Amino acid sequence: MKAPVLSSWFGRGEIAAPPDIASATLRSDRFRLEREGDWRRLENIVARMERGGLKRIADADLIALPALYRTAASSLAVARETSLDAATIAYLEALVQRAWFQVYGPPRGFGAWLRDFLLGGWSRAVRAMWLDLCIALFVMVAGAIVGWLLVAQDEAWFYRLVPSGLADTRVPGASREDLLATLATEQSAGGLATFAAQLFSNNSGVCILAFALGFAFGIPSLLLLVHNMAMLGALVWLFAGQGLTAELAAWLSVHGTTEIFGILLSGAAGLHIGRSMAFPGARPVLAAASEAGQRGAVVMVGVVIMMVVAALLEAFPRQLVDGTGSRFLIGCMMLAFWLAYFFLYRPQRPVEDSA
Amino acid sequence: VSAAAANTRRSRTMVTPEGLALPVTVASRAARAGALILDVFMIVGGLIAFHLLLYWIAGGLLEGTAFDPSAAPRGAQEFLQILLVIAGFVTWYGYFLVQELGPRGATLGKRMVGIRIASRSGGRLAPEAVIARNLLRDIELFYPLILALGLLLVSIERDDIGPLAWAATGWFALFALFPFFNRDALRAGDIIAGTWVVEAPRARLAATLSTQGAAATRGASEVTGARYEFGEAELSVYGEKELQTLERMLRESQPEALAAVHAAICRKIGWNPGAGDERAFLEAFYAQLRAKLEGDMRFGKRKADKFS
Repeated sequence: MKAPVLSSWFGRGEIAAPPDIASATLRSDRFRLEREGDWRRLENIVARMERGGLKRIADADLIALPALYRTAASSLAVARETSLDAATIAYLEALVQRAWFQVYGPPRGFGAWLRDFLLGGWSRAVRAMWLDLCIALFVMVAGAIVGWLLVAQDEAWFYRLVPSGLADTRVPGASREDLLATLATEQSAGGLATFAAQLFSNNSGVCILAFALGFAFGIPSLLLLVHNMAMLGALVWLFAGQGLTAELAAWLSVHGTTEIFGILLSGAAGLHIGRSMAFPGARPVLAAASEAGQRGAVVMVGVVIMMVVAALLEAFPRQLVDGTGSRFLIGCMMLAFWLAYFFLYRPQRPVEDSA
Repeated sequence: VSAAAANTRRSRTMVTPEGLALPVTVASRAARAGALILDVFMIVGGLIAFHLLLYWIAGGLLEGTAFDPSAAPRGAQEFLQILLVIAGFVTWYGYFLVQELGPRGATLGKRMVGIRIASRSGGRLAPEAVIARNLLRDIELFYPLILALGLLLVSIERDDIGPLAWAATGWFALFALFPFFNRDALRAGDIIAGTWVVEAPRARLAATLSTQGAAATRGASEVTGARYEFGEAELSVYGEKELQTLERMLRESQPEALAAVHAAICRKIGWNPGAGDERAFLEAFYAQLRAKLEGDMRFGKRKADKFS
């Protein structure tokens, strides 16, 4: 590998005027000198585009870019067949590659991508993995039931399923009053914002892990879902024992409908990748994996947004809004919103540019 | 020899949508590791600087409260804590995303070692692909590292690690070592995203050799006034490989190297090597050898090196 030229980073070295074409004794050098001006112009435009100043480039230059790119590409093809000047060929190869990256660069800016993502791209990606959503949902329900059954059979399972930090007073044998107290509201909003930020950071990490593990044919993603839901099942068992099922469900539903939905989506996205690699169909495995991976990535950006919403809901309304009815109302509203957004909201797909 | 061999082993052809075959060189694993280390250092350094800045601000917050943290205004403290958590998350994921989505397709670390990401199919680099490849970095690198450190600590305290831990280690090692199991050095994130990492050469256009020195004056030396003319037999000793080696030496222009090459060529073609006019001799020899080889090329006759 050639060491990067540091001087190319700083300043643009002075370019000497090219020598007179007629003075070149070799035919291949005359070929080069005749076209050198175009190459340098292309290099200049490309360098400016790389610095990110698309707006500062004159329209004439932008219009000339494809033609200059093709000129350089054909110069390269001719030079390979007629010239033995290694330096010129190396220059042309680097130039054509750089220009190619700019001509076929990212089709639009991040802002335009985000707008398309929110207005249809996200829900389209979610719908495209409906089968994985169904499988993940089934696995999550099964996980919750397994958690319940395990704890119902043997209370020792509770301590294995629920991390001790989470269950302070929420342990088997706790009184009804103790359990009710954990569902009560905070007295003030102080400290809740920090709590929300930490929840967000932590939960997003878990979701990204669930997605990333899908790479191994989706199995670890499913295991992660089962583990998370078994914990929930154990908690439900604990509160149901004291007749607090409705209160717990209301308390959980405030943020849970968003958060568990997000976990469902990330598990399904992981599974989607794993499934497409295990059963690629007629496509090559790598093509199938990258198609599924890009779709999964779209869903995951959405999951991060959902985790922000869930953390805010968990920290503020859940801890401040009292009453089973109003808690249920918030939770069901959120669930209805997500379902409508993903499955009822179907805007026209924007026209893709062909290139 | 090994550098050239490694280069051909890593060179691929990428076909652009209009059917043009472009040579690309897959970035070496060492370059990628170096770029990642640079990036991690920059992220960690940036976060530490940010912490220090906040600490400096929070220090001002404590003034006038007799340095009693509990007396400081709670709202402001909380705001700073949130800022830290959010900054950590955004920096960790945003650093790679924003830079790789940009027109250079590379983070600062990648730019320093001269590599960038590209779409394997030769098409556009979609934003989804950049997101996908960056989401997988955690399980490929940082979970394995954390796990390995944890296991190390456990094994220091107790002797047995247990089969489950070994299984987990092997499992994560599979991800971490993934780039070593395929030709294109793809990591798991590259496979998911349909991307690869290639070298981003930035070559300067070097001067034309046939317009300077003895090459421009058809072999006439400025120093001695002698004219170097080589015959057919003398020029057919060497091939393209030797020509391009000579080109590199003329461009680097180191007197000792030129003298050595001069002596070697004179020995090979049976001339009596003089001294003091090596550069003119080599320029003339280069121009005439290249004219001959390029002339043969036009008739479809190529001579790769002196052995062919």
